[in-house]
Amino acid sequence: MPRLSIWLIRAALIYLLLGFTVGGLLLWHKGLPLNPALWRLLPAHMEFLLMGWIVHLVMGVAYWILPRFQTKRPLSALVWLSFCLLNGGIWLISISTFVAFAPTIQLVGRIAEVGAIMAFAVHAWPRIKPTSL
Amino acid sequence: MPFVTRYFIKTSLMFFVAALLCALLLVLRPFIVLPAFVVGLTPVYFHLFMVGWVTQIIIGVAFWMFPKFTKEQPRGSEMLAWSTYILLNTGLLLRAVAEPANAVQMWMGWGWLLALAALLQWLGGFAFVINTWPRIKER
Ligand code: HEM
Repeated sequence: MPRLSIWLIRAALIYLLLGFTVGGLLLWHKGLPLNPALWRLLPAHMEFLLMGWIVHLVMGVAYWILPRFQTKRPLSALVWLSFCLLNGGIWLISISTFVAFAPTIQLVGRIAEVGAIMAFAVHAWPRIKPTSL
Repeated sequence: MPFVTRYFIKTSLMFFVAALLCALLLVLRPFIVLPAFVVGLTPVYFHLFMVGWVTQIIIGVAFWMFPKFTKEQPRGSEMLAWSTYILLNTGLLLRAVAEPANAVQMWMGWGWLLALAALLQWLGGFAFVINTWPRIKER
């Protein structure tokens, strides 16, 4: 498994733990109320699991197993960029409910996430081909 | 395919069907009279889909396909894999019953069952991560 996939998949596992922890707290609170302020963590729960867990995992596995050119995985820098943008986006949206200017922060976070997915798609595009090419 | 992976994948398919049946019940509400608990099914539908189907099939396939842990124990701990299976599924099933019930019925027991569902799923996720982490490596 290439180093970049290791980073992406380990990040996915960390986000799974974070997302399940927040989700667990919210579910516990629905049953046995702890503190109503916990609901401010709902966007973090959604980001950690949808973007953090699922998207990191998919990107990590795709980078690892999509067909290569001889032995090379071209445009890897784009995947590193995607990793940075995705994490920036996840955290900006997750903290937005705790700070001022929430709508602006959410907007910047989403733009970062769109950029992340575009960068990943540009990297993956030429690798979607018959293995022999 | 390892025995536990077959359980993960078959159970995930059952949750996929169950999730879509919940979605069907939700859109049937304007047409026929349904029991009150159906109102509380939205988060259940979503989590049967994302935890029961998507996350569970990933866990099953990861246990099967990820790089080997060691020659002697290629897939890490079988015991942790079964613990993940039991904790995650018991927690999710408990949630699927207790969350809508808690929304419509004043019984303290539902609240306790929801808290238990939260704890079981959290432990299930934790067991999966512990078993998988050392397998994420160069060879
Ligand atoms: C891959 C796994 C998961 C994903 C993608 C996910 C995603 C989401 C999303 C998008 C929502 C918002 C739904 C809405 O507003 O209607 C939500 C709500 C919630 N999630 Fe999760 N979740 C996951 C796992 C979990 C787990 C494991 C738990 C608990 C142990 C949990 C507990 C909750 C709770 C309590 C809510 C609030 C439900 C409500 O609106 O009352 N989630 N989740």
